[in-house]
Amino acid sequence: MVAKTLYDKLWDSHVVQDYGDGTALIYIDRHLIHEVTSPQAFEGLRIAHRKPWRIDANLAVSDHNVPTTDRTTIDDPISRLQLETLDHNCASFGIRQFKMSDIRQGIVHVIGPEQGFSLPGMSIVCGDSHTSTHGALAALAFGIGTSEVEHVLATQCLILKKSRNMLVQINGSLGRGVTAKDMILAVIGRIGMAGGTRHTIEFSGLAIQALSMEARMTVCNMSIEAGARAGLIAVDEATIAYLADRPMAPTGGLWDQAIAAWRDLRSDPGAGFDRVIEIDAHGIQPQVSWGTSPEMVVSVDGRVPDPGAESDPVKRDGMRKALAYMGLQANVPITDIPLDKVFIGSCTNSRIEDLRAAAEVVRGKRIAANIMQALVVPGSGLVRRQAEQEGLDRVFIEAGFEWREAGCSMCLGMNPDRLSPGERCASTSNRNFEGRQGSGGRTHLVSPPMAAAAAIAGHFVDVREF
Amino acid sequence: MEAIKKLTGLVAPLDRHNVDTDAIIPKQFLKSIQRTGFGPNLFDEWRYLDQGGSAQDCAHRRLNPDFVLNQERYRGAQILLARNNFGCGSSREHAAWALLDYGIRCVIAPSFADIFFSNAHKNGLLPVILANSTIDRLFQDVAGTPGYELTVDLEAQTLVTWDEHVIEFSMDASIKRRLMEGLDDIGITLQTAELIRAYEQRRRQDAPWLFSEEICSAGATVDSLTGPNESTI
Repeated sequence: MVAKTLYDKLWDSHVVQDYGDGTALIYIDRHLIHEVTSPQAFEGLRIAHRKPWRIDANLAVSDHNVPTTDRTTIDDPISRLQLETLDHNCASFGIRQFKMSDIRQGIVHVIGPEQGFSLPGMSIVCGDSHTSTHGALAALAFGIGTSEVEHVLATQCLILKKSRNMLVQINGSLGRGVTAKDMILAVIGRIGMAGGTRHTIEFSGLAIQALSMEARMTVCNMSIEAGARAGLIAVDEATIAYLADRPMAPTGGLWDQAIAAWRDLRSDPGAGFDRVIEIDAHGIQPQVSWGTSPEMVVSVDGRVPDPGAESDPVKRDGMRKALAYMGLQANVPITDIPLDKVFIGSCTNSRIEDLRAAAEVVRGKRIAANIMQALVVPGSGLVRRQAEQEGLDRVFIEAGFEWREAGCSMCLGMNPDRLSPGERCASTSNRNFEGRQGSGGRTHLVSPPMAAAAAIAGHFVDVREF
Repeated sequence: MEAIKKLTGLVAPLDRHNVDTDAIIPKQFLKSIQRTGFGPNLFDEWRYLDQGGSAQDCAHRRLNPDFVLNQERYRGAQILLARNNFGCGSSREHAAWALLDYGIRCVIAPSFADIFFSNAHKNGLLPVILANSTIDRLFQDVAGTPGYELTVDLEAQTLVTWDEHVIEFSMDASIKRRLMEGLDDIGITLQTAELIRAYEQRRRQDAPWLFSEEICSAGATVDSLTGPNESTI
């Protein structure tokens, strides 16, 4: 038998029709829907008098626009219309939805795994690029546009071109205070934000195996920031233990049958990859992004890079533009950068483990006087409740943080949580693009413990020495 | 979508790497439930000096004179010349809609982000990939020649310059056919509905847990509100 990669196995098991030109009709097992990228797709179905192919494969939730404070009123009429449109579309097409008042509501990429809606071996799509998150469960999961949302709703399939196989092997073990977020930022810094374009990345190696499922989701979540539509991690005992007893996971005989099949969801020995990157986990330091793309990262003990040292003129110009936007001077130590706001949340870092790690850093301390706002936004209502049962909300509130309801919040600022022009934020989110967290806002991507430590110090600090 | 076969248009140069979809259409404009009307907010933060909000009339906003699309010589451009990794970031199809709504029908770049590339061709926005060296030369030629136009011939897979220089590009056959005929993907897929049903039947045998409607709908009952495995969510 030909040795196959995990991606090859997932692809092969979902081919409905091979078109013989590198493209195929691929079956989609699960479709997650949110309010921003779905209205035009439902409208398309209506215009063409089409119905969803398979209702039970869909799950909808509002997350991008939802307020994280009082939810009884939504001031922005355009946001409100978009949220109401999702409610209306789900009701009229019969699609399951977790409404804002449901404790299971949350960020679409947090609730899929949390509910066991996302399972190993599945193909999973959503009109959101961070769908790569679900690849941590050895599922082929990737973001799609609205035309594809409509295509999946109508046909349960997508016309796709197979990607190439890329392996990112992370050997050794992470040092104390270094997290999965630092690991993936270091990978993006190394291969660049287009390094994984047209590839599916499988993450493997001892450092990956040692990660919890939450941490694996952080790694796969940011595959797209390296250009790869999908990231993958093989099934192991941690995957199976995580899924046991989830509300939508199989039970009884089906569970036994499922886990027997899931254990084969790994790349065969000797399987060929088009590209292999090896990284030593021991060499990864806590990371801080300095520019306006996730590849613009340095270690916390480093300095803001000097564009003058870059030989490629287009890159040099890009670095200059980034520094101008970020209001930073070359060669300034990262730990000398003062902050205005801190955001702990997003589909990258809003799971219970992220909140525990951040709370540990702030316990018994107060945020610095120059921090105007520090937000903690749990990834789902269930994460929020779990954190409250552990008393984490008190730890944050006593330190001066605001404890919010679940949603995407300041990761992209579609709701009222956003940066004002010129404000500088330590953020556990995934994108530091210009204007991402608010027009003119300046984002530095970091791990939850690094964001927590920065909130206390008022500037970046090495959490290992904090 | 509108079929595209051949197009002659003015070329505007956007000389930046990694132009992301947040730059192409910022999030405050994604609240619309329509497919149209995004053109006035294309590249909003680069294009205007003031801060843009949703549902705002852009006719009286202050334009940034330094932004390339605001320069008189590029007014009415239908072809955008770009750099590496164009369209990276979020999956928002609004980025392709905004470019089309503005009047751009073709983007030429050394590389595109995967999701944007797919969104573009599914909407009749032609993404053309050329070698870096060719792109460099085009940037020079566009800068040096006011009114610089290109003819894009999808059938022949060529760009023809004003001085009749021909540049070839490659394009997947299936994408080319869909672009040229303006085909409805869903209609085509539904012609193979029997194959999809046959696949589902096979999978139901091999992997029945993927189809456990009872389990999925059980997830929507009040019982599940307790959540699983509370200590390790």
